[in-house]
Amino acid sequence: MDAKEVYASLEKLFPGKVRDFRSEVREPYLFVEPAAIVEVCRFLRNAPGFRFEVLSDLTALDWPKQETIQMVYHLFSYSHNHQIVLKVDLPRDHPRIATLENVWKVANWFEREVYDLFGVIFEGHSDLRRIMLPEDWVGYPLRKDYVEQEEYDGISTQRAPLVEKLLR
Amino acid sequence: MKPLINSLPETVFTTKVDDLLNWGRASSQWYMLFGLACCAIELMQTGGPRADLDRFGAVPRATPRQSDLMIVAGTLTYKMAKRTKLLYDQMPDPKYVISMGSCSNCGGLFQLAYSVCKGVDKIVPVDVYVPGCPPRPEALTEGLLRIQDKMMRERWLVKPAKVADEQPSA
Amino acid sequence: MNDTAPAQTGFYTEDMTISVGPQHPSTHGVLRFVVKTDGEVISEAIPDVGYLHRSIEKIGEKVTYHGYVPYTDRADYLAAMFANQAFCLAAERLAGTEVTRRGEFCRVIACELNRIASHLISVGTFGQDIGAMTPFVHALRERETINNLMEEICGARLTYNYIRIGGVGYDILPETCTRITAFLDHFEPIVDEFNRLLSGNKIFIERLAGVAVVSKEEAFSYNLVGPNLRGSGVKWDIRRDIPYSIYPELEFEVPIGTAHVGVLGDSFDRYWVRIREMQESCKIVRQCLSMMPKGPAIAKVPRKFRPPPGECYARVEAPRGDMGFYVVSDGSEYPYRVRIRTGSYTAMSIIDKLSKGIMVADLIALIGSLDVDAPEIDR
Repeated sequence: MDAKEVYASLEKLFPGKVRDFRSEVREPYLFVEPAAIVEVCRFLRNAPGFRFEVLSDLTALDWPKQETIQMVYHLFSYSHNHQIVLKVDLPRDHPRIATLENVWKVANWFEREVYDLFGVIFEGHSDLRRIMLPEDWVGYPLRKDYVEQEEYDGISTQRAPLVEKLLR
Repeated sequence: MKPLINSLPETVFTTKVDDLLNWGRASSQWYMLFGLACCAIELMQTGGPRADLDRFGAVPRATPRQSDLMIVAGTLTYKMAKRTKLLYDQMPDPKYVISMGSCSNCGGLFQLAYSVCKGVDKIVPVDVYVPGCPPRPEALTEGLLRIQDKMMRERWLVKPAKVADEQPSA
Repeated sequence: MNDTAPAQTGFYTEDMTISVGPQHPSTHGVLRFVVKTDGEVISEAIPDVGYLHRSIEKIGEKVTYHGYVPYTDRADYLAAMFANQAFCLAAERLAGTEVTRRGEFCRVIACELNRIASHLISVGTFGQDIGAMTPFVHALRERETINNLMEEICGARLTYNYIRIGGVGYDILPETCTRITAFLDHFEPIVDEFNRLLSGNKIFIERLAGVAVVSKEEAFSYNLVGPNLRGSGVKWDIRRDIPYSIYPELEFEVPIGTAHVGVLGDSFDRYWVRIREMQESCKIVRQCLSMMPKGPAIAKVPRKFRPPPGECYARVEAPRGDMGFYVVSDGSEYPYRVRIRTGSYTAMSIIDKLSKGIMVADLIALIGSLDVDAPEIDR
């Protein structure tokens, strides 16, 4: 089934919780309300016509001008060979969303990475702590307004003067 | 009594004790496997069949306690820096460090990165820098030979002369 | 399992917490496992990653599209061509650029040779972790020939920067094609040599058969991809099922785990899929060499590459599975966001679950059979 049918079924079953379907782009996507993401994903994984067995990717985009952090979920189905992209808009100063760990186990590690690099809090996550950076790192590097710290653990982060000009 | 000059047969080998000790150390540099990133693969290839490091007596050891050379091959991140210092401290003296590749020389192409330490010489003292990204096996072998030259120049047996700033007595 | 009262058994036991890594002789890179064991039997093995986090995703926002291709090499240095190709596919799809036909053939030849090289390292280091030191040196010897071929093609032995937006960096010359054919003629019997040394070896089989079995449902839930997924019996290959480049015109099989020793989805099946994939790659390269058209190797792409605003998710079948590049563009010459999703990252997430109740030596076999490597995990 293609993305338009997926959206039509979702609109019927979850009225008011999905919106803004963009179908003319290469990978069609639709927006989901933050409170409904777990039930929508559980339905998409289990329902016979959809069978999205796999969460291909879970990441985030930082849009400082719109004051949102946008979560992006790529779902894929091996049995039907189709995919759909779900997006959720979260407020930038207070990004919280429910965890998808109970739907796909791999979400555990993906969400830890998004917490580490963007600062999004996943409610209900069993083990939310930093994964890539050291435990005592300050700041969320992949945000657009991240400023590096002067030194870490006694090692200065200063670069050669010629290189400082390249930093934007 | 017969003079000693030109009296020993050709099979006897004479040298200074210093040179003998240094020759023994230089011909058996045991390096610690400290491959972090891409340069580690080239380190493995250098230890492999074609550019063989074993013919110089250099064998890889997994533990720092048994090695006298640390080849830092790859990018050093801030998270790894403390562990690097810990491993360097565990090596027994006399110890040497080869910094292999651009990332451990100066940070390499990751100058814009927030989590990369710009050079391993911020953490441990380095003896030889081998440039390249990654360096060819021949380049790493040249680095090893430079360490051999450095080892051959060292003196261990004679006490170093006292520095001339002693207080004159009375 | 611990704290048994001394009066009942006479022994007082306690769990040990040991740290495997980050510096260790296993060559999968800087990974650390905090392992809680009761003697030899593990109760929990928690992976601790991030020792090679080089912020490649953040650098993507600061350099141009053309300038980002060398950084994609370092995202997985053992399969650098595939990362190059995935990023270039995403950029080309965003901008609507056509790749030249000769460029596509050069890409496939370079990629499949790189797949053979990556699987050689994977199989060789896997044998070394189990304790078989000799096949590793055989694998390195074969890999030296591939490094020579790569150096002829693009000038570098490990981090190639060969696949560019619109085609490839340099054309493959006819002398190189002759040498590639000579290598393939030499290499196909070598795989049988590997099978004699390792795959048919009774000790190797005893170490791996039935160890760390992954079922199909677990593989889906934990998003295992590539040989890990195919070892559990799922016939899925991006080159066959979501085809890109010229793969629809090539004939090759997709090997899956067959459980001819042990259980379906165990470590031996994942290893066996890799051996078979090396043989299939040889077939693909031969077909490409015979079908190579003439023409330019790279299309005309503007110096200031500015794709229109949009996003694109491009997948390729890398040796460690499906590598996806999600590139978001806002119309300028710097990408807005580059996200790299690799197969090793998701494979690490299953180690904690699979390692309950196995021995420490089986943990090493498990990590080697999943073929994780640190740059893919940490990026």
